[in-house]
Amino acid sequence: MATPTTPYEEMMKGLWRENPVFIQVLGMCPMLAVTNSAVNALAMGLATLFVLVGSSFLVSVMRLLIPKQVRISSYIIIIATFVTIIDYSLLALFPKIHKELGAFIPLITANCLILGRQEAFASRNGVGRAVMDAVGMSMGFLFALLALGGVREILGDGALFGINLFGPNFEPWVIMILPPGGFLTLGLILLFFNWITEKRKMQQLKFQLSAEKV
Amino acid sequence: MAQNSPQTPEQASEPSSFRLAATLAIAGLISGIAIVGIYELTLPTITYNKAEELKAAVFKVLPGVVEMKKYQMESNGLRIRNEKGGDERTLYGGYNQQGEFVGYAIPSAGPGFQDTIGILYGYIPAQRKVVGMEILESRETPGLGDKIYKDLYFVSNFENLSIDPEIVTVKKGLREAPNEVDAITGATISSKAVVRIINEGNQRWIHNPENRIPNHGIPLPEKRNP
Repeated sequence: MATPTTPYEEMMKGLWRENPVFIQVLGMCPMLAVTNSAVNALAMGLATLFVLVGSSFLVSVMRLLIPKQVRISSYIIIIATFVTIIDYSLLALFPKIHKELGAFIPLITANCLILGRQEAFASRNGVGRAVMDAVGMSMGFLFALLALGGVREILGDGALFGINLFGPNFEPWVIMILPPGGFLTLGLILLFFNWITEKRKMQQLKFQLSAEKV
Repeated sequence: MAQNSPQTPEQASEPSSFRLAATLAIAGLISGIAIVGIYELTLPTITYNKAEELKAAVFKVLPGVVEMKKYQMESNGLRIRNEKGGDERTLYGGYNQQGEFVGYAIPSAGPGFQDTIGILYGYIPAQRKVVGMEILESRETPGLGDKIYKDLYFVSNFENLSIDPEIVTVKKGLREAPNEVDAITGATISSKAVVRIINEGNQRWIHNPENRIPNHGIPLPEKRNP
């Protein structure tokens, strides 16, 4: 992986080239569990964004203060604190969404995407870069959640963000809202991503070959 | 990673155990303060939301009710409960515009297909009928089991339902007797769970002579209307 140089590139890499879901295949548990509707996906993505940006910021600020031996436990304490904050805030402000997401809010703590960014990036980089990286990664995660949630809600419920799309004659594909639908959609999206990457590589190869001939 | 440590020759600079413990203790302390802070900050809103949700549910399951009182069943009968919260001996009384007692809103809970289903249902003792049902808590399968509150036809089964001798589930479309409920196709377990939970509530409050709720509730002290 080429190392991005500008803070902007630092952010953009999470959206596509190093997308946490489609490329790194991290955070699969919330990915499959809460993407049965676009609203749930959006709420989960925003909650993760808050936790990831908050903890990346703190971890980067404290990276010189935390001894190496206890870093993982310290990161988890920091992450869990942010998760608890978002858990109570959602419960107070959006009780309906909190009800829908249920146990998956506390489980953000265990999302390997978040701990992974602390260990791999925030603890080794300055505050600015760490925050940009966190924003990029969570946007990439949010994008993936929305892609999956959108497809599943449209097919499984005939609606998007609760707005009916096809009228009353549409027979929803209930399976899309159920766990198998999550696996199917994710599999197809991953296939699509790999296909694009492969195609790009082939094109590059062709280009190199033709350049060599010249 | 920790396995990389042999490559650093300056092992002498390893921090003392005290420093390790202190770091974690401080992190825990700060985290604890943050959590207590957010808990204290959101608690009033959360309690308020829950109370409002319950109140809305009481009004929904008892048609025509505009006022409610929380009751507590004691060994010598019902009394109005003024303390916050509630336990398994708490239920609600609903009153109409004229301040007359209409019926009870009874909370009941039990296992569903995935997790506990919490229900509040309206019961009118004079008619011995369930007149409304609201799911307060459920994690039933999205798209199937969650029809117990999303399928309005299923919910409407509970709007005029006789409790004698007990409520039974029948296959969809076969409903005939006043104590029968049409199950949801594809969510039989969840439908049966709802009926069982209501029957358990009835068992506790209506069929059990030791604990029976009086037909007339507790009259309101006096009309506040001038």
